[in-house]
Amino acid sequence: MASLNVRAALLSVSFLILALGLWEMATQPPEAQTGLTEYEMLMGGVEQESRVPPPSAVIKLAWAELSDPFYDAGANDKGIGIQLAYSVYRVLTGYLAAMAIALPVGFLIGMSPLMYKALNPYIQVLRPISPLAWMPLALFIIQDSDASAIFVIFICSIWPMLLNTAFGVANVRQDWVNVARTHELGPLRTAITVILPAAAPTILTGMRISIGIAWLVIVAAEMLVGGTGIGYYVWNEWNNLDLASVIFSILMIGVVGMLLDLALGKAQKLVEYKE
Amino acid sequence: MSKPFLEVDGLSKVYPDGQGGELTVFEDIRFALEKGEFVCIIGHSGCGKSTILNVLAGLDEASAGNVVMNGKEIKGPGLERGVVFQNYSLLPWKTTLNNIVFAVRARWPEWSKEKVKEHSERYLKMVGLDHALNRKPSQLSGGMRQRVSIARAFATQPELLLLDEPFGALDALTRGVIQDELVKIWEETRQTVFMITHDVDEAILLSDRIFLMSNGPNARIAESVKVDIPHPRARATIFQNPAYHKTRDYLVDFLVNRSGSALPEKDGTPKIVEPAKGAARSTPASAESDTESESETAARAVNA
Ligand SMILES: Nc1ncnc2c1ncn2[C@@H]1O[C@H](COP(=O)(O)OP(=O)(O)OP(=O)(O)O)[C@@H](O)[C@H]1O
Ligand SMILES: [Mg+2]
Repeated sequence: MASLNVRAALLSVSFLILALGLWEMATQPPEAQTGLTEYEMLMGGVEQESRVPPPSAVIKLAWAELSDPFYDAGANDKGIGIQLAYSVYRVLTGYLAAMAIALPVGFLIGMSPLMYKALNPYIQVLRPISPLAWMPLALFIIQDSDASAIFVIFICSIWPMLLNTAFGVANVRQDWVNVARTHELGPLRTAITVILPAAAPTILTGMRISIGIAWLVIVAAEMLVGGTGIGYYVWNEWNNLDLASVIFSILMIGVVGMLLDLALGKAQKLVEYKE
Repeated sequence: MSKPFLEVDGLSKVYPDGQGGELTVFEDIRFALEKGEFVCIIGHSGCGKSTILNVLAGLDEASAGNVVMNGKEIKGPGLERGVVFQNYSLLPWKTTLNNIVFAVRARWPEWSKEKVKEHSERYLKMVGLDHALNRKPSQLSGGMRQRVSIARAFATQPELLLLDEPFGALDALTRGVIQDELVKIWEETRQTVFMITHDVDEAILLSDRIFLMSNGPNARIAESVKVDIPHPRARATIFQNPAYHKTRDYLVDFLVNRSGSALPEKDGTPKIVEPAKGAARSTPASAESDTESESETAARAVNA
């Protein structure tokens, strides 16, 4: 009996082949010029461009793109690697800035019920705002489309980190805090040696949610501000009616999002502990 | 008269009763501990033993009264008082060794890394855990965790050790083994210990004196019972001492019949009782009775 993993892999591959096969069949060009309706004859036959490309075409394109991902042939023609790198750079910059604020403020809110009560109303109002709603204001104030996209990432990734940090810190077991107190640790030492490791799994969960949201939002943000990035690339290829490129870049968005999530998942494993 | 090592004076704790009134859990608690004494406190559940211990630890505040140790009033927790919590309270992300290192480093920040490690390992060895240095608490049994917790408290060499039902969650066999270990460490270090227990036999085995608390609300420490059995004691032989039975009968009678109505002296200090006064003081130790008693203890532990 093969192991569960092997059987699962075999099943996965069969699903893939089945799906690609169905897709390929559904997108075959119709038999040329037989049985055209009057309307189609008037329109000059079935237009090639308006059909979804078959997987073989997407794979061919993917091969070409991935064999030279970093070419740069002017503003509207850059390799997929360059576009993804722009997006990842924006996401990481906004995300790190959010972290630099969310973690200390989350600690403060988590440790001080006074600060929690004072800041909670603002958090509750700001949190449900769609990050893209900030875009016009950001563009007006910052006057720079790249920085505005980064700001939008910052604002959307700050909330899960902030709230999870505050929650994790506020719910550290009183017993462990008492251990710190009976050993006369100062507030800073207590925060670093007891509260941070105790709350780390909760904090990392927040960080993982944030990176996922940031990657969702960057595509939309780049469609709005244009210029560079994977979101711009998708929209640009749609305007060119190059559907094979659109499908290919959708897949790449998925792959990069998965890699980001995997990285945070690894970090989460590192700080986990069993009681 | 010289001042005692630790003096508790008129301690009381009042909570709101939830209906606008007040509930006095205990009141006018007065007692003193001498340096090197091992004192247990026994009383029915809810009378406020843990609260008293937490006040001594500085983790809780009394509603009235004060505690003076070494001539200084206790305000807040401190390293000169070590606490063993009922639920062990080990830091689960640290290994066994690092849990002790954490405490030792807090106690002597000026020590070198090697010295801290060596000191920590010595105390883990005392409780027989030198083989589990690099395991996390989640990989230890309840008994092993409590040993780590005891090692942590002793390793910082506090002037006063506070133990809140340290063996409450353990099965009878494990409890017996760790009691023996505690006796051994205490014989070596002769630290001052204040311990809560529900187990009369455990109290007699370990303590010089046993405080008996009356039932709450308005609980008091009514009596201070002297345990007149010489050290070193051993779990396997202690009940051959006639003083053991007299003391035990006295404690059980208090808990069953008198804990509802017992009162301390007029001045608020506990009544001093010596139930075994005049009983034979030496422990017979013939080889025969030794083996007999050992199997008997084992049988009792299994049946418990
Ligand atoms: N926050 C609180 N509010 C109201 N009453 C409380 C509070 N904390 C404790 N009490 C009461 O104080 C009393 C003493 O509690 P404590 O934990 O000291 O008892 P204990 O003697 O240690 O009991 P046990 O042997 O079960 O551990 C209890 O009756 C409890 O109901
Ligand atoms: Mg208690």
